[in-house]
Amino acid sequence: MAQIWKLLKSAPPTAVFGMVVIVLYIFIAVFGPMLTPYGESEIVGSQFIPRGEQGFILGTDNLGRDMLTRLIYGARNTIGIAFVTTCLAFLIGGVLGLLATTLGGWADQLLGRLVDVLMAIPILIFALLILTITGTSVPVLILVIAVLDSTRVFRLARSVSMNIVVLDFVEAARLRGEGTWWIITREILPNSMPPLVAEFGLRFCFVFLFISALSFLGLGIQPPTADWGSMVRDNATLITYGDITPLLPAAAIALLTVGVNFVVDWFLHKTSGIRDDK
Amino acid sequence: MTSKNGASGEVLLEMRGLRIEGQSEDQWNEIVHGVDVTLRRGEVLGLIGESGAGKSTIGIASMGFARPGCRISGGSIVFEGMDLRAASDEQLRKLRGSRIAYVAQSAAAAFNPAHKLIDQYTETPVQHGVKHKGEAEKEAMELYRRLRLPDPENIGFRYPHQVSGGQLQRAMTAMAMACRPDLIVFDEPTTALDVTTQIEVLAAIKDVVHEFNTAAIYITHDLAVVAQMADRIMVLRYGDLVEEGNARDMLANPKEDYTRQLLAVRSYKKEEAPPDESPVPLLEVRNVTASYGGKVTVLEDVSVKVGRGRTVAVVGESGSGKSTLARVITGLLPPSEGSILFDGEELPASYKRRSRDQLRHAQMIYQMPDTALNPRQKIRDIIGRPVSFYLGLKGAAREKRIRELLAMIEMDPDEFIDRLPGELSGGQKQRICIARALAAEPELIICDEVTSALDQLVAEEILKLLQRLQDELGVTYLFITHDLATVRAISDEVVVMLQGKVVEQGGKADIFTPPHDPYTDLLLSSVPEMDPDWLDALLADRAARKARGEKVMDSAGQ
Amino acid sequence: MANILKMVAQRLTLGLLTLFVVSLIIFLGVELLPGDFAQEILGQSATPETVAAFRRELGLDLPAHTRYLDWLGGIFQGDFGKSFASGRDVSDLIGGRLLNTLFLAAVAAAISVPVAMALGILAALYRNTIFDRTINVFTLTSISFPDFFVAYILILFLSVSWNIFPSISNVSSDLGFWQHVYRVILPALTLTLVIIAHMMRMTRAAIINLLASPYIEMAMLKGISRSRIVTHHALPNALAPIINVIVINLAFLVVGVVVVEVVFVYPGLGQLLVDSVSKRDIPVVQASCLIFAATYILLNLTADVLSILTNPRLLHPK
Repeated sequence: MAQIWKLLKSAPPTAVFGMVVIVLYIFIAVFGPMLTPYGESEIVGSQFIPRGEQGFILGTDNLGRDMLTRLIYGARNTIGIAFVTTCLAFLIGGVLGLLATTLGGWADQLLGRLVDVLMAIPILIFALLILTITGTSVPVLILVIAVLDSTRVFRLARSVSMNIVVLDFVEAARLRGEGTWWIITREILPNSMPPLVAEFGLRFCFVFLFISALSFLGLGIQPPTADWGSMVRDNATLITYGDITPLLPAAAIALLTVGVNFVVDWFLHKTSGIRDDK
Repeated sequence: MTSKNGASGEVLLEMRGLRIEGQSEDQWNEIVHGVDVTLRRGEVLGLIGESGAGKSTIGIASMGFARPGCRISGGSIVFEGMDLRAASDEQLRKLRGSRIAYVAQSAAAAFNPAHKLIDQYTETPVQHGVKHKGEAEKEAMELYRRLRLPDPENIGFRYPHQVSGGQLQRAMTAMAMACRPDLIVFDEPTTALDVTTQIEVLAAIKDVVHEFNTAAIYITHDLAVVAQMADRIMVLRYGDLVEEGNARDMLANPKEDYTRQLLAVRSYKKEEAPPDESPVPLLEVRNVTASYGGKVTVLEDVSVKVGRGRTVAVVGESGSGKSTLARVITGLLPPSEGSILFDGEELPASYKRRSRDQLRHAQMIYQMPDTALNPRQKIRDIIGRPVSFYLGLKGAAREKRIRELLAMIEMDPDEFIDRLPGELSGGQKQRICIARALAAEPELIICDEVTSALDQLVAEEILKLLQRLQDELGVTYLFITHDLATVRAISDEVVVMLQGKVVEQGGKADIFTPPHDPYTDLLLSSVPEMDPDWLDALLADRAARKARGEKVMDSAGQ
Repeated sequence: MANILKMVAQRLTLGLLTLFVVSLIIFLGVELLPGDFAQEILGQSATPETVAAFRRELGLDLPAHTRYLDWLGGIFQGDFGKSFASGRDVSDLIGGRLLNTLFLAAVAAAISVPVAMALGILAALYRNTIFDRTINVFTLTSISFPDFFVAYILILFLSVSWNIFPSISNVSSDLGFWQHVYRVILPALTLTLVIIAHMMRMTRAAIINLLASPYIEMAMLKGISRSRIVTHHALPNALAPIINVIVINLAFLVVGVVVVEVVFVYPGLGQLLVDSVSKRDIPVVQASCLIFAATYILLNLTADVLSILTNPRLLHPK
């Protein structure tokens, strides 16, 4: 415990800022909906009521729904979906990557080729292709993005574990007669954690931004679910009047991503031991 | 080796009260504690010590340079009257390469892969405005010839990766001489080379330094090597000076205990044990041929027998196939021909097909203790796993056995059982590796260069421990090494390998007395002795035998 | 030399193979459609005869491999089929838009590559100074912003508040070059800002990695001047990693273009793709995806080949 406190005290202001942001967002995502004045898609007034008027702190949106409520629900929806997707991507990519390294030989070759092919198409393009065919529903969205993103996790998990698997203690375990499961979970995984944890943060950011972009294009999370990406799209016309309302959900997206990136950056700096000083 | 001017020459470099700090995790700790160094023109000073002595840091400080993570925190460095600590960056830059030059430990890393060797040579004099490119090129070829590089006219036009390690080291020495500096710092120049290649490089360095009356700081951990090269020696330990003096005097009459220990390091020897009486050897390697990917043959028709309770040393240089032999025996590399027999019974070629008990009988200890232990596992689990995996012990019985094993390797169970490997020293980690091997209660232990990565004094302790364990437990060792002193110390039988073939094998006494196979002769004669005249005598002897028309190998095909 | 040519040829073949596999995936994607596509397009009220006729017209009743080969053959002749939504030739729709997208991407690349390289190299050389740390915070922030956020901020300031640039980039072929450029500035700027951040960070990391090499230290110990170390020792070895960085980011560009075109209503391939996805206009989607994927693969291929060609160990084998 004392060690964690000492670690936190040595963190630069950017990392502290990031951690505060993350905790805040998690709080809002989990508890927010209990505290909102209105329902998620409840129409409470006429459209585009300016901020601060008629008791609506952030005004109303293009259908007359309370912006503040929508923003809070959006936290749970957007972050929640992005988080689940990242976990799924990590599960698939991580397990396959570690297996590829441990089994080696044809398993490694096969998985490698498969991943190469999947990665030959940019995620956005591939996602658009599949969404055209399957239509956009949340489970499909999660599955498609998770599978496509798992390729990146695969590559990282494989390269990190490749560095470990050539070390003598792994060979010693093999020669002992240890099974594949033991070698992966007890020898390789514990020594691969730092880069994997950092990558989780980075993948989350990517998935989060990606889902928001898809929703912004109208191809992601569909109305009336509150989601930050589509909220930007819905209120986009306000920009031409100099109203920053559509920027609010966009800023919400940006803030979380910035926070996570700051924390991951500090984490990488600490664990990779790059000497930055003269 | 005496300089032309002798010890009464003018003082070239004077470092007084030198203090250097090193950084770890945002904290600066002193690693060199006020050392004095005086160097005269034409003199060769040997800096000797184990790891952590600070010799390399001190050597490079003579150029006013500190590596990232280090800084010079106190004392004075005066070169030819110039105060290096007060000098500007530009002044230092002009000095480096032209008046003081550096020869790195790894030539392969120090050369830029994108440029030819000769261009990297000529760069220094041309950039310092000392010579024109054409002149410099001609001189380069001349130096390459003096340093006995093959094809000196053309070798400079090659790229670093096209040239062998020993040749690169000499090319780097040539590059250092390009501006005829007053001082060259040699930082462990032969440590990474095979012992047979080392001779050539040592001879080359000695010649050139002598000829141009260059002063030199020769850094190494090998006292025998420094005995050949230095006029004066400074013994360092943990950033402090232990002893300093004239080379010959110090070797004959060391004053400090530490120096005595360093000198004694090659003298441990055990008597050859009586031969194994049983009809069937414990391990037999029968006509094994093996290759990687079916293309490159690494072992050719190798046959070795290991008797019970004996220590068989497999000795060879890089590329000899000795480590590959270990991999074949343990089943990591199935041979394309031949078989491995354990106690008369043929083992499946791949370890994946061997039973748990078959795997248990032969254990391996690795060269690098840092990578041989899982940094995330406690000592208890590292040693405990084989105990529970092979012997099925659990709970209190397991704990008791772990403690017994720790006591066997002379480490206090209470102190170490809960530690992580990162908290231990190199020697301690290697002891844990030994305990891990013993935990399986094997009959055969394969030691793959287990002392090569350790400091000499620590290595000595490990060898003694291994011998003690053999006396008590009757365990058999297959000891793989490139170091003949180690072979002399602990083996009963010796197998000499060269490029995948067995050149000679037999009892220790037989192998070490002539007549020998020419390669064995080369190998044995290449091991440096503490006698300062050894190198000159060896070279003279080889030249004489060649002149007589005898077949003399003077390099292992390089 | 022959060795290198062999490696390059291998890599080119692999690239072509990947392209074929990708085209197969793009084609097959449609095959996996649940239900009858013709039915979906025509709606519930269509009679079975109409649906059958529609299917025949679209060639949906032919076996899959025939259709694939037809499609592929058509592409080589520049025929991408007909749009479901408008009935026009897909190649007509795509042609002009592809050029527009390429123009936008080219403008963005032309600005971002030199700036990012310069900043990255400077940040690496002056590592850990205030300059470097500030840039680090800025770029970290910049890569965290969604593309549309940056776009709208730029619109807000440069278009609405200060009316310097138009917020809608409707370009058409009859505009002059500079007119074209003027309308493209905001979308190009958006793209540039995002790409510069990524590229700069990667360049900085690559150069720092390079500067830690032992031969750089050796050059310093030889008393070589700092500028010569950079130009003569670092740069020749930096070619491969830097090319890699540039190409990876150009690949990002290919994808970032889509969102930016939508925000600025720029008549490019990206916007066409998004529209067609909503309308489920399969032939257009297939064609656009193929083009984007092909560009991506081509860029990666170029990076691989260039890094083979700049590797001294491969150029001068033993």
